[in-house]
Amino acid sequence: MAQVLPAERDLRRVIGDGDSVPDGEVDGLTDHDLVELYRGLVLLRTYDERSVVYHRQGRIGTYAIYWNHEAMQAGSVYALEDGDWIFPSYRESAIGLLRGMPASTVLSWWRGHPAGWWNPADYNVASICVPIGTHVPHAAGLAWGKRLRGEKACAIAYFGDGATSEGSFHEGANFAAVMRAPLVLFCNNNGWAISTPVEAQSRADTLADKAVGYGMPAARVDGLDILAVYEATREAVARARAGEGPTFIEAVSYRAAPHATADDPKAYIDLERVEEERKRECVARYEGYLRRAGILTDEMAESIRAEAEQAMRDGIAAAEAEPPADPGLLFEHALVDPPASFDADLAELRRVLGG
Amino acid sequence: MAELTLVEAINDCFHVELGRDENVMVMGEDVGRAGGVFRATAGLRDKFGADRCVDTPLAEAGIIGSAVGLCMAGFRPVCEMQYDAFSYPALDQLITHVGRYRWRTGGRMGFPLTVRMPYGGGVRAPELHDDSPEAYYVHTPGVKVAIPSTPSDAKGLLAAAIRDPDPVVIFEPKLHYRTMRGEVPEGEHVVPLGQGRTVREGDDVTLVAYGSMVPLAEQAADALADRASAEILDIRTLKPLDEDALLAAAAKTGRVVIIQEAPRTAGYGAELAAILAEKAMLDLRGPVLRVTGYDVPYPYWQIEDAYMPSVERVVDAVEKLLEY
Repeated sequence: MAQVLPAERDLRRVIGDGDSVPDGEVDGLTDHDLVELYRGLVLLRTYDERSVVYHRQGRIGTYAIYWNHEAMQAGSVYALEDGDWIFPSYRESAIGLLRGMPASTVLSWWRGHPAGWWNPADYNVASICVPIGTHVPHAAGLAWGKRLRGEKACAIAYFGDGATSEGSFHEGANFAAVMRAPLVLFCNNNGWAISTPVEAQSRADTLADKAVGYGMPAARVDGLDILAVYEATREAVARARAGEGPTFIEAVSYRAAPHATADDPKAYIDLERVEEERKRECVARYEGYLRRAGILTDEMAESIRAEAEQAMRDGIAAAEAEPPADPGLLFEHALVDPPASFDADLAELRRVLGG
Repeated sequence: MAELTLVEAINDCFHVELGRDENVMVMGEDVGRAGGVFRATAGLRDKFGADRCVDTPLAEAGIIGSAVGLCMAGFRPVCEMQYDAFSYPALDQLITHVGRYRWRTGGRMGFPLTVRMPYGGGVRAPELHDDSPEAYYVHTPGVKVAIPSTPSDAKGLLAAAIRDPDPVVIFEPKLHYRTMRGEVPEGEHVVPLGQGRTVREGDDVTLVAYGSMVPLAEQAADALADRASAEILDIRTLKPLDEDALLAAAAKTGRVVIIQEAPRTAGYGAELAAILAEKAMLDLRGPVLRVTGYDVPYPYWQIEDAYMPSVERVVDAVEKLLEY
């Protein structure tokens, strides 16, 4: 039987406020690690901010903004090994960048171009899951399969607060627990599912309480604190590798940007609260921590930002240089072994198109 | 050759396929300790272990969804849906992921999973143990669908599905699980997907059927024997369809009756009729007729015989066509 552990109530925090709340530290992290965490944070922030601009310029389609979610993504991924698998939702669309995926691939995905396809096995990053929570069973299955094969790899699945209402979240979490799958269930609770506040999503005191019902432990962390996120994920990964099964992490933040470029939150959100939250945003918070610790200099910060901006310039240039997708792609890839009707359909299509 | 019931042939297939490929695993509700509610997976847990014949939580979307993840880890999972209508919660995974994931990776990652389930009525069962939901699955891009009508095909099509690089859904006629016996090749036996089967040759009318409607077509052909000789085509693989076999069987007699247990509207028979309308019009001597279930919920069993296509209804349709 799985042991039922009490979920943690308080938000874990490492970064202080530079004033009355002192900075803490995470055992085992070197200065190099601390800078690498920053590098990931800045890369994701730059991707997000440039994407909103590209959308306004008509260079990418509708885009799901993740501004102020970067600490949750960069902190948790840093706790993984490269052999561990990442299952992103659309809110983590660019998380593959932390595994060396070119920005052009993710930009192509948002441009609706087939160059946005990738092989999950190339990065151990699953495809972006658009329907809410339906990738949680995939992550459970992959992690279970790794255990069956006797491999040490684990998996992490990202989803929002709204996803915890979905049946597939429940089925995936329960499967993972029953199969002792080495899985981290990472809930980015930003308080909003488009316009629905988390209070209208669940009557549980905390989303982490749900873990009790699955017989798995849970941690609640400040989702804007990259070090707290890293540390909680590292513990969950250690449990997973030790054969102790899945862990639920509830990272709490506040959605300080629209759900997506097509969303206007003025109709439902408290704009004063948003302004408050934007002042506490996760990149500046970590930058303050690093500067107080004397680890980050202006030159380093500038160089890391320039590197991220260059990656985006290269990314959008490469994405826009992709040739138009050929209609033949309609009929490729769905099946290893396509039916004869595909050939006939394509020939007919080309005849009508005059190509 | 061995003389097996249809469900024994499925069990035989599993013993062969799990024995030849260690990546093949069976998962579902009650498939392990109990060997499946119809005993299709009997003996597998003892022989291959609890990790290769897995009793899962009672969660159909979880079964198919975790099978997607198992494919990513290199397995070839075979998922049992305990009954036809119990598969509906799993349609979410089938439609949003199983049929799309390979495409989503630009063809770079394969999802060789198999879903199988007993289907169909006539077994005096409670509600939602009697459905014929094949059209939902056939309509899902990226998924192949097969329905055997004999013990030999039940083994051979399942083996083909397990070995196929793409997702395949198999519907098994539960009405004939134990009532039908037949010769089944021993050891490895594969019936390739996409090939129809001529059940019997005839000159006056062509009966087109699949699954549990094939034996019904044979009974109807017997009943018609003094008036007409009926050709019977067993579709076997609904997707990809053996269109050549369909067109040849239609051209041979010029009269086609399609028999389908599922409700009529937008059922698989409608697809067959549309193909005949597009490609066989000059071969036909009359309209393509369908004998199907009705557009109503599958009824309680005391009146299910009135719902199911019957010999009388097939004979009636054939007589209409002969007089046309």
